[in-house]
Amino acid sequence: MAYGGLTEISRGSLAVWRRNLDAFIKTYKVNFIPPFVEPVLYLLALGYGVGALIQDVDGIPYPVFIAPALVSISVMYSSFFECTYSSYVRMYYQKTFDAMIATPLSIEDVITGEILWGATRGTIYAAFMIPVLFLFGVIDMPTSLLLIPFALPAGLLFSAIGICFTAVTPGIDALNYPAFLFITPMFLFSGTFFPIGILPQTLQYFAFGFLPLANVVNVNRAITMSEFSPMLIYNIFWVFLVALLFFIIGLNLMKRRLVN
Amino acid sequence: MEIIAAHHLEKYFGTLAAVDGISFSVQKGEIFCFLGPNGAGKTTAMKMIHCVSKRTRGDLLVFGMDPDTHSRMIKQRLGVVPQENNPDPDFSVFQNLTIYARYFGIPREQAEERAIGLLEFMQLSDKMDAPIETLSGGMKRRLIIARALINDPELLILDEPTIGLDPQARHLIWEKLRHLKSLGCTLVMTTHYLDEAERLCDRLVIMDSGKILVEGSPAALIREYAGEEIVEAFSSQEVISCLQSQDIGYDIFGDTIQVQAEDSRSIAHILMQAGCSDRITVRRATLEDVFLKLTGRTLRE
Repeated sequence: MAYGGLTEISRGSLAVWRRNLDAFIKTYKVNFIPPFVEPVLYLLALGYGVGALIQDVDGIPYPVFIAPALVSISVMYSSFFECTYSSYVRMYYQKTFDAMIATPLSIEDVITGEILWGATRGTIYAAFMIPVLFLFGVIDMPTSLLLIPFALPAGLLFSAIGICFTAVTPGIDALNYPAFLFITPMFLFSGTFFPIGILPQTLQYFAFGFLPLANVVNVNRAITMSEFSPMLIYNIFWVFLVALLFFIIGLNLMKRRLVN
Repeated sequence: MEIIAAHHLEKYFGTLAAVDGISFSVQKGEIFCFLGPNGAGKTTAMKMIHCVSKRTRGDLLVFGMDPDTHSRMIKQRLGVVPQENNPDPDFSVFQNLTIYARYFGIPREQAEERAIGLLEFMQLSDKMDAPIETLSGGMKRRLIIARALINDPELLILDEPTIGLDPQARHLIWEKLRHLKSLGCTLVMTTHYLDEAERLCDRLVIMDSGKILVEGSPAALIREYAGEEIVEAFSSQEVISCLQSQDIGYDIFGDTIQVQAEDSRSIAHILMQAGCSDRITVRRATLEDVFLKLTGRTLRE
């Protein structure tokens, strides 16, 4: 258990990651629909529909304002749901984790592989959204390619948080609690569809202090609009630090759940 | 050579002793069996051997290594067939084997070669590309055994290998397990089918409430605890009084009387003479007689 279980991670975690990638590729037709369809729907309904009623947000056209939020939300949803519902199905119903830990893989390898995969899925989705958003003319190029490398730590953050819930949930239905009480409010109040700046000061501090999505959106918006501020250093640092924190918590909670 | 050595091995879940101080050893190349009623601690004992459950106290060495400190090295050399089939439903039969091989770090070409060989060995070649949900129970079981062999293990751990299978499938699996033994593989298994244990095992232990009651070869245990033959008769007053008058010991199980005997024919003869010919049978004593005698007839769980 030295260093919170981090020393128990081996290259074997990549075999777990690869298994999930293989399963994803096998069902690629369904998996590749969301990153193309989602941004189109959101941009049409919110960007241009609701956006028609809004002059601009701090001088920014509304579709341009929400574009980075759409990428952030997609990373959040795909990573978080992969490491909650999907991981839970593999762990509890398919007994895939049991089969894996009967091989030289450690539990830490399995959980690390799951989290890496959740982050990868989020990154794949972010990457596929870029050409769509570019065609709508709502993101700057080539700076927006930076969305891809940043999707990885952001994905790790949401995956690691997801794994923590998966490790403590009494059943698959109870995973609806974090989905509705944590993810959905974040989806709406993290500077996604209106600027955080219009919230009361304390809520702004709360958002950047405790909401993962608020920090991710702030970074992604700076990327798509090529406008960088010192605040971003804080946001990026926050994402890495909290991802590492939940990664270690997740390893240990899972170990407690699976070893007896 | 000792493959497994356990000394005063204990496993507690809270205050419950699932395995309560057992000592045993398994030699290279033998088939060793844990028998016992549900909750006896068989599966827990096996889980400690294949390093997914940590022992509470006692000593345990597998291949001369401690599972607490060398689990990766031990798991690299063993194969596990769990009680519940857990093939990966997202992949085909063949991919189940090649993906599992990756967990052992086996290179792709070697993995594919072995997978083809193992599917042939377990008679699943024509199901190679089939999705898992199309397999019958017996096929799934064979796939799980093939999967456990992907790393060419020196020790194979099987938790109820033939559970729920039809006689054809059971016989096929027995044949394959004997073949593995002939190749030098050591097998450790549990089963509730005592005929299976009697046919397959070189040595076995019968466990109850976390403790080992007896240990030995099936033949020796039968001889010691159940004698050569058993006479069974319908449990009637006449039979009982007849046996009592001749001073012959007996046991009553429901509507059946059992007499454990060296000379079964003469006992059968005595009963016939006394006019109690109702449902008299003489049969060879089996491991089941030993098992029931030692663990009782009360239902567990």
